[in-house]
Amino acid sequence: MHSSLWLSALLFVPLVGAIVAQLVRRSDGRAYLVAVACATVELALSAVVAVLYNPGVAGAQGFDFAYRLVLSAPLGLAYDVAVDGISLWLVVLTALTALIALLAARDRRNEASYVTWQLVLMGVTMGCFVTHDLLAFFIFFELILIPCYFMMTQWGGEGRQAAAMKFFLYTFTGSAFMLIALIFLAITHQHQVGGPLTFAYGALAQTALSSSTATWIFIGMAVAFAVKAPLWPLHTWSPSTYAEAPAATGIILAALLSKLGSYGLLRFCVGLLPSALPTMRPILLTLAVVSILYGSLVACTAKDLRRFIAYSSLAQMGFVTLGVMSGSRIGTEGAVLLMLNHGIITIGVFVLVGYLERRQLSGRVAALRGLQKPMPVLAGLFTLFMLATMGLPGLNGFVSEYLILIGTFGTHAWWALAATLGVVGSAVYWLWVYQRAFHGPVAPENATLTDVTTAERLALLPIAALVIVLGVLPQTVLHRIDPAVSILSTHVAPSGVSK
Amino acid sequence: MTLHAPAINYVALLPFLLLVGAATTLLFMTALTRNRLSTVVSTSIAVAAALGGFITTFVQWFEVNHHGATTTAAHAIVMDGFSVVMAASITSSLTFALLIAHDWQGRERFNGAEYQMLALLATSGALLMTQANDLVLLFLGLEILSIALYCIIAFNRRRLKSSESSMKYFLLGGFAAAIFIYGVALAYGASGTTNVTALSYFLGTNHLLHPGLLLAGGGLMMIAFAFKVQAVPFHFWSPDVYEGAPTPVTGFHASIVWGGAFAAMIRVMISGLGTQVSTWRPIFFVLIVLSTLVGAAFAILQGNAKRLLAYSSVSHSGFILLGVWTGTAAGVAASSFYVLTYAPVVLGTFAIVALVGGVGDANHELEKYRGLARRNPWIGASLAVLLLSQLGVPFTVGFDGKFAVLAATIDAGNTVGAVVAMVAACIAAFAYLRWTTSLFVAENLDLEPLVVPFASRVVITLSVAYALILGIDPSWLTSITSHATLLFQP
Repeated sequence: MHSSLWLSALLFVPLVGAIVAQLVRRSDGRAYLVAVACATVELALSAVVAVLYNPGVAGAQGFDFAYRLVLSAPLGLAYDVAVDGISLWLVVLTALTALIALLAARDRRNEASYVTWQLVLMGVTMGCFVTHDLLAFFIFFELILIPCYFMMTQWGGEGRQAAAMKFFLYTFTGSAFMLIALIFLAITHQHQVGGPLTFAYGALAQTALSSSTATWIFIGMAVAFAVKAPLWPLHTWSPSTYAEAPAATGIILAALLSKLGSYGLLRFCVGLLPSALPTMRPILLTLAVVSILYGSLVACTAKDLRRFIAYSSLAQMGFVTLGVMSGSRIGTEGAVLLMLNHGIITIGVFVLVGYLERRQLSGRVAALRGLQKPMPVLAGLFTLFMLATMGLPGLNGFVSEYLILIGTFGTHAWWALAATLGVVGSAVYWLWVYQRAFHGPVAPENATLTDVTTAERLALLPIAALVIVLGVLPQTVLHRIDPAVSILSTHVAPSGVSK
Repeated sequence: MTLHAPAINYVALLPFLLLVGAATTLLFMTALTRNRLSTVVSTSIAVAAALGGFITTFVQWFEVNHHGATTTAAHAIVMDGFSVVMAASITSSLTFALLIAHDWQGRERFNGAEYQMLALLATSGALLMTQANDLVLLFLGLEILSIALYCIIAFNRRRLKSSESSMKYFLLGGFAAAIFIYGVALAYGASGTTNVTALSYFLGTNHLLHPGLLLAGGGLMMIAFAFKVQAVPFHFWSPDVYEGAPTPVTGFHASIVWGGAFAAMIRVMISGLGTQVSTWRPIFFVLIVLSTLVGAAFAILQGNAKRLLAYSSVSHSGFILLGVWTGTAAGVAASSFYVLTYAPVVLGTFAIVALVGGVGDANHELEKYRGLARRNPWIGASLAVLLLSQLGVPFTVGFDGKFAVLAATIDAGNTVGAVVAMVAACIAAFAYLRWTTSLFVAENLDLEPLVVPFASRVVITLSVAYALILGIDPSWLTSITSHATLLFQP
């Protein structure tokens, strides 16, 4: 087992960075450099964790780097970190998203404060993924709202106040139910085994629950995650939030924070409450399929690129949910992989939208006509990300979507069949938006636009590279995901199918 | 016939005596000096007494820890862990409230020591309520508290609303007091005693064949308590009084009066009528559901900061009642923890509200807060922290309080109550959030920044520090409150 200090470093580097950025706040440029340095260190640390990770630590259920320190026994509050193959790649994604958001979506208005919030957001998101304790997870999950809220209200677009409020209230309400559900679970556990209140993941996984109790807890938690993911019909905050958020926040929200929902669903709902699965699985699979189809349909009609991303993400997160709930090992692996892949692709697309907005283009599709001519490189990058989402073999989106569909076909064929329509749908809406924005005659006011600059290209280079590398060599990622998913499948197996 | 004076343990009474003593001193100083006392002198004396009371609670804590809970003055006064913790909360709140009032008096040009005297006396009544182990003494505390309160609510004679709200509070409060004493009389009729411990013993060892008298008595007392803690449907006075009273008095009310009333309610319901828990629980459940939901729903409709805070404290009352509902040690610990975390936060909030309100309490509309964080970054950020704490965001004490209450409630099997309370918290979140958002908009930038006097600055800084530090690590306070409730009841 490796030292937990690596994870503690992941958790505290951004917070230290935030303090340093505040100390040098007089000079915006310096604060920005601090933030970039901090995010780079974070990415390096997460790469080290990814390389070192050993799935076979004895008795750790696939977890490594584990450490637990009880802070307050009566409240059950503990500092508890560990990662396994499921959270590992999300840790990497967190660092990557934060770094690219800083590099590619620099916002110079009151920059010291802005990057401080970004670092805080990186830290608490990291906290969500490395924590191994339900209460600590909940606390980080809620804390994410604060930096997002302040970034939106102060750096966002025209309708930012209303959008920020909607975002906050939606998420806060969702997590209110999660709080009750997890307290209920912990107290049930305490009544069963005695001792002080604990929210440790490993301990709570051993709670014996009747199917109906488990279902209620499942629902309480799933609401929070369905809001975050988002999942139809709790997605309605996302289009306005994506539209009004400042570029960097939008990237983080769309690429990273949405994964919290599916991650939570897999880790806490499926992992902790297998006895609820027979009841809940058909419901969530149906919601996933509806999300896929509904997202695809509405994405076709989206008039604004950011809203387009919101609906396309709804469809993609529907696929993730499908895999998570499929009850098959392959499908679940595909879902974990798609969380990473969709994150990477979304960073790319959102950054490109940010580049367009920098050139004084609103993201309105109607105003974009014919961009291919003045901006060939941008159009090329957009095509790459588009093809990756559509699931072109050789690019990263393909593998994950394929695994999800294969897995789900084996266990829930009808849902998989319906979801396959979504694959077609994604080709339709992507190509259509591409045609509208990039083809056709150039609008005269767009003819003189400059293409992406070298700096802008460099910021996107790692993303484009990853899209290709992960498409060709998914095994590098998959062989770390596999042990954790297989342990989870074995734990869940008695309650249903697992192939 | 000779009268035997009961033995008195003066350590138990020391905080009370200190406050009454300081009030009397101020009274004599006012009478004997030629000019009006300056506010600095009177505030200093009052704050010294409040701090003295606060320090005394540490001595009491030490004594309770070593010798256990005791009663004194013919078992009418109790000194146990719970009373000590509540007294510490009340005396520290008094310090804050006096500092806020000091700046307010400067602004409104109220010289003299009248305000300080009344505040000290009212607080001494609240202290008596936390320590009273006899219903008659509890009534005395309630009246000392209320009568002084009627006066300071009407303190600003130049403001019509102030007098109006005092009148309202006086009439309704008079009814509540009468209802309470009637309840005491009926409970005495049923049990033959007014002593809380004896009452509990009587009910534990006897089975009442005709419990009607007791039920009526307990019910009437409950109504009086519900009135004092602003539980719905006995809350109608609170928005008017919050709005009408001078802002420092509102802060005083939301922390000290509230804390004292909850302490007395917990003492009577749990310690005295704890054996009847299955009878009063359903009524409490109704109060909880109504208070949390109505408070939250009306909070979002308010355009006035003080009325909003009134409804918000109605909703918070519902949360505390949730802890009382359990009737368990864990529930009482959670409730007292909630009071301890809410009082400083709400006082810090009212310190800022008082500053924004300005001379004559003229600016309490929420519009006046637009852009505050741009004009006064520190005040704006502080208010944001305090509001988010009331909203219940993690790493602020508000979250810890809610968490403790919910855990105790679910532990006692009231998941439905917990769900209702959290739904209300989500509704109330809208009110706090709208307010917080308005602080940061880029409007009214040409207005003069607020001048923040020293005393208010101290209060605001301390309350924000309290909200954050305790929010990150609440363990020491939770261990105190849970330890305190183990020392509950003599």
